[in-house]
Amino acid sequence: MDPVKVNPVHNGVKVRKKRYRTEAKKDMISGYLYIAPFFIIFAVIGLYPVLFSIYLGFQKWNGLSPMTFVGLDNFKLVLTDPLFWKSVYNTIVMGIMGTAPQLVFGIIFAYLLNLAFLKFKNFFRVTIFMPYITSMVAVALIFSVLFSDHESSLANYVLSLAGLDPVHWGSSEWGTKIAISIMVFWRWVGYNTIIYLAGIQSIPNDLYEAATIDGANKFQQLLHITMPMLKPFIVLTVFTSTVGALQLFSEPTVFLGTSAFTRDEAMTIVMYLYRDAFKLQSFGTASATAIILLVLISAFAAINVFLTSGIGRKRRKGQ
Amino acid sequence: MKNREKTRKLSIGRLLVYVFLSLAALLSLFPFYWMFVMATSPSSAYNSIPPTIKPGNLLVENFKKVLNQIDFFQSMWNSFVVCAVVTLVVLFISSLAGFAFAKFQFRGKNILFAGILLTMIIPPQLGLIPQYFLISKAGMLDTLPGVMILFFLNPLGIFLMRQYISESVPDELIEAAKLDGCSNFRIYRSLILPIVLPAFATLGIIVFTASWGEFLWQFTVLRDPENYTIQVALAQLSNTRNVDFGMIMSGVFWATVPLLLVFLFFNRLFISSITDGSVK
Repeated sequence: MDPVKVNPVHNGVKVRKKRYRTEAKKDMISGYLYIAPFFIIFAVIGLYPVLFSIYLGFQKWNGLSPMTFVGLDNFKLVLTDPLFWKSVYNTIVMGIMGTAPQLVFGIIFAYLLNLAFLKFKNFFRVTIFMPYITSMVAVALIFSVLFSDHESSLANYVLSLAGLDPVHWGSSEWGTKIAISIMVFWRWVGYNTIIYLAGIQSIPNDLYEAATIDGANKFQQLLHITMPMLKPFIVLTVFTSTVGALQLFSEPTVFLGTSAFTRDEAMTIVMYLYRDAFKLQSFGTASATAIILLVLISAFAAINVFLTSGIGRKRRKGQ
Repeated sequence: MKNREKTRKLSIGRLLVYVFLSLAALLSLFPFYWMFVMATSPSSAYNSIPPTIKPGNLLVENFKKVLNQIDFFQSMWNSFVVCAVVTLVVLFISSLAGFAFAKFQFRGKNILFAGILLTMIIPPQLGLIPQYFLISKAGMLDTLPGVMILFFLNPLGIFLMRQYISESVPDELIEAAKLDGCSNFRIYRSLILPIVLPAFATLGIIVFTASWGEFLWQFTVLRDPENYTIQVALAQLSNTRNVDFGMIMSGVFWATVPLLLVFLFFNRLFISSITDGSVK
């Protein structure tokens, strides 16, 4: 590449051309050297394990005896196991219930937290972000007390004030799912808010000024300026939330405690995988599950990113 | 007339904004407060109807029970060591690579960068089993380095650092340093590092809290209670037969407080660097 092109500042300064050629070479070597640490570590503990996992997906192995090649048997076993499908169902249901509201509330919070007249901005920002600082284990333990089966648990007490029956949060199908989704929502909504806030602040002010002069009200500005300009940030958060939601593990495991791996109300795909590998010593099927998970994550992430990147496009066409 | 009506309408709108945000702040803070209430109350408080919402006076007693169950201080120290090392290593790797991606021209740069981003979609669980055997072969099973090494990979860090460096370090500055005869690494050390310090606050907090809160890998690698990180130790608290909520919440409380203090101390740096870091 012509270095003059890269540094337009020095355009036309011919004297330095020769110097640049060696400079460019030096930069190239430095470039490769500086990114090398990531790639070396990645090769050892990222790429190699992933490839090995894929290989393992076609073997029968208990971790001790020699492996035997079984073709697609592991995949057949997993895909015909009702518990696997239950875990897929659980993961998707809790994923939607826990993350979809997060994205909506994240945008609302970010919009409000950026309003010019708002006082105590920093206080609100910090408090809404604070749950993210706690660990998932801590959150799961706190919520397992808040949402315990007991009639006197705070969640059931609130329900009783509304005249509703107590819910078995830790042992009923929907009780468990709702409690875990609320947990996920509580911990992550502030994180998404901060990302949207960064996005909103990157929108140039003159766009709003021009819109105000044109007579657009606040709501129209939100719909036609803020939202389309936020699109890359929405795509990013939808992507990361989808990936995160499909990897749900700590919350249900800690929330359900000792019974986590023996019950199926909140068994997620990763819990299913973990159970196969480290409870049943069936590393082949666990690896097959991991591969299926990768396919699911790629598919869901692609669909979601495709859907969300359509947001702005439609609007632009309509205008 | 019309003007006054408009201001009144606006102030109702403003009031609603405050009410809504206060409610959100309340819901955000309540579990923390309630954790404190439970941590200071006897386990029986948990059975009372209506539920206790005033702190008790068992702050010390409950914590003593925690100390009987787990080696709390050792676990906190282990977690601290793991997170500190991971954070420093990630900051170093990310800023170095971010600098290269932002300011150097080399063949395959864009593909390599896209490759790094692509690694984000690989679920960490996909490598879990081979990583487990790899760590065990290297003799690092049940050791803190065995826990750390997985967190050294942080594609998001490289992404953030590249963005930050390409926006906040002018090319002219690097050119000038080069004319003065600075080597590239010298430029990194004395030019880039001071400039990216605010971004280090953001990335540092993200990395530190993420590795502090991680559970799956720590839960898989660590066996000996002496090596437990705080998350693994805390998870053990609820595994006892007679669940003592006062004790559990006391453990969670004391494990959460230091992290919250660190965050509150750095939060101005953190939140402002996230929200001001983007282009205006």
